[in-house]
Amino acid sequence: MTDTAWIDAALTSARPQAVGALLRYFRDLDRAEEAYQNACLRALKSWPQNGPPRDPAAWLIMVGRNVGIDEVRRSRKQEALPEDDQAISDLDDAEDALAERLDGSHYRDDILRLLFICCHPDLPATQQIALALRIVSGLSVKQIARAFLVSEAAMEQRITRAKARVADANVPFETPGAAERSERLASVAAMIYLIFNEGYSASGDTAEIRGPLCEEAIRLARLLLRLFQSEAEIMGLTALLLLQHARAAARFDSDGAVILLEDQDRRLWNQKEIAEGLALIDKAMRHRRSGPYQVQAAISALHARAEKPEDTDWLQIDLLYGALEIMQPSPVVTLNRAVAVSKVRGPEAALEMIEPLAQRLQNYFHFYGVRGAFLMQLGRNEEARTAFDRAIALANTTAEAAHIRMHLDRLIRDSQDHAATTR
Amino acid sequence: MLYAILCYHDEDMVGSWTKEQDAAVMQKLSVVQDKLASQGRLGPVARLLPTTAATTLRKDDPPLVLDGPFAETKEQLLGFYVVDCKNLDEALDVARDLGAANPGGAYEIRPVGLFSPGSVKT
Repeated sequence: MTDTAWIDAALTSARPQAVGALLRYFRDLDRAEEAYQNACLRALKSWPQNGPPRDPAAWLIMVGRNVGIDEVRRSRKQEALPEDDQAISDLDDAEDALAERLDGSHYRDDILRLLFICCHPDLPATQQIALALRIVSGLSVKQIARAFLVSEAAMEQRITRAKARVADANVPFETPGAAERSERLASVAAMIYLIFNEGYSASGDTAEIRGPLCEEAIRLARLLLRLFQSEAEIMGLTALLLLQHARAAARFDSDGAVILLEDQDRRLWNQKEIAEGLALIDKAMRHRRSGPYQVQAAISALHARAEKPEDTDWLQIDLLYGALEIMQPSPVVTLNRAVAVSKVRGPEAALEMIEPLAQRLQNYFHFYGVRGAFLMQLGRNEEARTAFDRAIALANTTAEAAHIRMHLDRLIRDSQDHAATTR
Repeated sequence: MLYAILCYHDEDMVGSWTKEQDAAVMQKLSVVQDKLASQGRLGPVARLLPTTAATTLRKDDPPLVLDGPFAETKEQLLGFYVVDCKNLDEALDVARDLGAANPGGAYEIRPVGLFSPGSVKT
């Protein structure tokens, strides 16, 4: 690894902590970011010559603070500075003292606050994600625009708007109480999950440019878990993302078409990510404080554990979806459960289960895909074809439509095979 | 004498390496390992999953199970080697070779008291 690559990695990993501390200090997102940028510029000059500091984050906070204070001085000379913050000239001495203080309670709440600001309830989800990727992850506007398939100008505007809204909203800077902290954690977890889904739901042709969003989400989830080591749901979230992401290399064929879970080459699954995901879900379960992320991770873990599709423990998956339905009632969850039910109790029971969802999911692509599959398995081919046609009409991408056609072909082929073997 | 070479690094930073950077580091480390292996000096090698996957058993009464690593430190134990070396100087040479492949962090060199190669198959 070259020196500059190393410095990049150090700056990236120090970023959330440094910007979070500078935000607590300046109470202004733009100023905190600017101070951090300035500190980075100095780091790029100083680190290659003087060697890297032992604690890059502490160094960046110290330098960022001094630069920021100078800026404040220049812009409003008359006002007195907050006490105890005389600019410190000897960084080496100051670094240890500051690092000492950073390891205290501020560290966790600084990062949590920074993340929490990004998922402020006043912001629509698209702005939340963009802001988090810019502020916390430090991706460039260009990189984010690319991942969201929009122009750089449009993304710039989205982020500027989000920042303006956050600046208007009252963000509390005092250390949150336990209830407040757990609320913040939940909304931050939801935002990280959204980032992951943005990458995960990419179609084959865009998977390569959107895929990094998944990796960034995993990095943020690990960061959150480092700060809250005993939170079962954060373990569940991290496990879920790792287990889903482990299949990335097997999810699309060379033409970018979707490969169904049961058709994936399981040797392409990332065993290291699976191992980490399984370890985390294992740890989480010991807390006996179940939650939606843990349940979804447990479902994903059952798929990951099956060496062959026929080894899948569908009975357990059915039960887990049942639990998820109670925690998070949603027709989409029931639809997913029905797939497990079809494996355990057959397509008739599964079809019966999804019939009541027809109205609420009348514009949902996957509903018709799944319904068509059940009907096909029951040999009700005409009805199946109608369902598939509806699915294709509702497909959001050409890949989805192609996927249904493939599904259709496959079921026709299977039913012919089936007919041949039973004959 | 056998030495354990314990690898410490800031795992946030290691986690910020790109896949390519990580692969490049692993590649350089494997060169050092291959050399030691060909001399018959390399024992078990392990790269550990992040400390977020760790659990600690505190031997209080009753024993207490805690999430996370034993100690919250700036740098975390990320892996280890067991290497046969004549003396500390030689062990330090190995650590320097490993260090050259991998910027930042620290190695703790600990003489091994009792060693059992174990029977785990990988």
